[in-house]
Amino acid sequence: MSFAEAPTSRNFKQNASAALRNETLQRAMGYLGFTQKRAEAVARLPEFEALRDQARDIKDHTLKHLDFYLEAYEAKVMESGGHMHWCRTPEEARRTILDLCRSVGARSVTRGKTMIGEEIALNPFLERNGIEPVETDLGEYIIQLRGEPPSHIIAPAIHVTKEQVADTFLEKHAAYGKTRLLTEPREMLEEARGILRGKFLKADAGITGANFLVAETGSSIIVTNEGNGDLTQLLPKMHIVLATPEKLVPTLEDASTILRLLARSATGQEFSVYTTVSTGPRRRADPDGPAQYHVVILDNGRISMLGTEFQDMLRCIRCSACLNHCPVYNAVGGHAYGWVYPGPMGSVLTPGLIGVDQAGALPNASTFCGKCESVCPMKIPLPKMMRHWREREYEAKLSPAIARWGLAAWAFAARRPRLYRALTRPAMAVLGRLGKRRGNFANLPLAGGWTEFRDMPAPEGKTFHQLWAERSR
Amino acid sequence: MNARDDMLAGIRKALGRDGSADAATRATLQARLKGHKQNLVPKRGRVQGREKIEAFVKMAEFSLATLARVRSAGDVPGAVADYLKSQNLPPKLRMAPDQKLDAYPWASKPLLQIARGKAEPEDEVGLTGAFAGIAETGTLMLLSGPASPSTLNFLPETHVVVVRAEEILGSYEDGWAKLRQIADKLPRTVNFITGPSRSGDIEQTLQLGAHGPRRLHIVLVDDGADAGTER
Ligand code: SF4
Repeated sequence: MSFAEAPTSRNFKQNASAALRNETLQRAMGYLGFTQKRAEAVARLPEFEALRDQARDIKDHTLKHLDFYLEAYEAKVMESGGHMHWCRTPEEARRTILDLCRSVGARSVTRGKTMIGEEIALNPFLERNGIEPVETDLGEYIIQLRGEPPSHIIAPAIHVTKEQVADTFLEKHAAYGKTRLLTEPREMLEEARGILRGKFLKADAGITGANFLVAETGSSIIVTNEGNGDLTQLLPKMHIVLATPEKLVPTLEDASTILRLLARSATGQEFSVYTTVSTGPRRRADPDGPAQYHVVILDNGRISMLGTEFQDMLRCIRCSACLNHCPVYNAVGGHAYGWVYPGPMGSVLTPGLIGVDQAGALPNASTFCGKCESVCPMKIPLPKMMRHWREREYEAKLSPAIARWGLAAWAFAARRPRLYRALTRPAMAVLGRLGKRRGNFANLPLAGGWTEFRDMPAPEGKTFHQLWAERSR
Repeated sequence: MNARDDMLAGIRKALGRDGSADAATRATLQARLKGHKQNLVPKRGRVQGREKIEAFVKMAEFSLATLARVRSAGDVPGAVADYLKSQNLPPKLRMAPDQKLDAYPWASKPLLQIARGKAEPEDEVGLTGAFAGIAETGTLMLLSGPASPSTLNFLPETHVVVVRAEEILGSYEDGWAKLRQIADKLPRTVNFITGPSRSGDIEQTLQLGAHGPRRLHIVLVDDGADAGTER
């Protein structure tokens, strides 16, 4: 299934309450352990804060001159023997990719993990057109077998327990003669590795995303820990890079600066295991590598965010720190958000890409604790932009009457943190009695309809802000 | 309008311009692209001499690579053979057709069966050199090319990399600078490798050897001199 084909963001409220009642999901979400590792990795690099400022400035500079850098990048792609395909819409991108695959008679293609592939529902489209798409990132592979969309932007199968993986493998790997119910993650990895190795070797084209595009050299950069992205692009005849314009940075030095932040903010690693810089197709004397290199550069709504109050969102490097630190995301998981990008970054990006009428519930799915902004390596003011969306929604009179009334009161209070805390604290006493596990999502009388999604850690009789303050001491 | 013109026009409109930036701005941006100016390089990427070598060793081990130091080129084949034995691997490897690797006296270990070339699916051990080691994060920097097929870095379950102390640099930026000295264009692929392949996709439990090598073993040729001259 693909969220791009059937968004459920409108139903965030129902999705969230279902997620809170889903015990398996709740258990799986408990394994999400990136925050501690990130804190340790950040502590090991004294320059982390200074690098954040520089990274923000690099991206701001690039966005300000995006047309120049895109053209410079394109010229270098062509100079190095690659091809560039400009696409405005998902339809154009899908069609372009299909034509490319067909031009080499592709029957199966390997896929490195790309969120943009999710955005354009690439896999179902390729399947309908007789091409087998094989997700090769282990997490993506698991959910592809299960027919589910990813629930996290770098740990797509975080919502799946190992018992569920075992069941899925038992069912789907029988076709390869694997009929034993596995119990350990190690065995599951081995089995998947064996099967995917065969897929790598027979794929006709490999499709990856890009973490960065480098204008100076016409290169695309991917980072992975598994090495699947490398086998995806290295073994087939054709490497297709699916990327969006805001992935651009001017130089290799600029990419290096942001790379120092990416893995640290994401998984708390010093550096991802594989950072791979690809420029054009294999050279004449190269013993391996793809004979063709194509970049599909897709807009799909980014350009319409440029020059608006949402432009800062285009700095996002998809590290997932904001998800990992978000109490709402941790409580309800990624699927509740109902589209490709969950968590705080999704709450800002999704209305921009599919419209606030579809995704207006998401900017409301926040406690405004500010944690997301404080950990964002690119210093994106996520809460502020969520407020912008709510104001837009309000202006468009999209909210039901009660929510509009509530928003006015909320907006007044939310800009005054002390007042906000003072007002929400008494509500806690009431909520405490209503509270459930981890105390999520209870109605807050103050602001009516839409605040019912706020994460209020009820049982302790403390506000979310108080708890955070204590926890971070 | 075709998609390209349409997208560029859309960007320009959003940025409040009719056409591309004026000539002066474009010249400034061109200069920025060609200037290779470094941003802030963390202190640990700016270490020199012995400190740099020790930092590389420490960070490489932190990334779960294993590392053996040998004093001289003559000790390399023995170190490779010992490592394979310690891992219960057959003494058989696919070696990059890299002249740099010919400097090691492989004939001194006649039991090692060595084939040269790109990796084949059945190869269990790949052996390559490296263009550089990056002390900052214990990262290896490898360039694709006739002498170093990229498949050797990914297909075999075990990747052994021989790197010399004088090839250790401080930062990624040092790597780019060194690369620009020898070539005016990038090779097809620059691989930065930091530890063996891994996945945490099943309940966030770390497993090594997801699709790439399960083991990354570095043989560091280090005579103990103050290596820090090459930059
Ligand atoms: S918004 Fe910031 S923290 Fe969230 S994914 Fe993007 S870069 Fe990372």
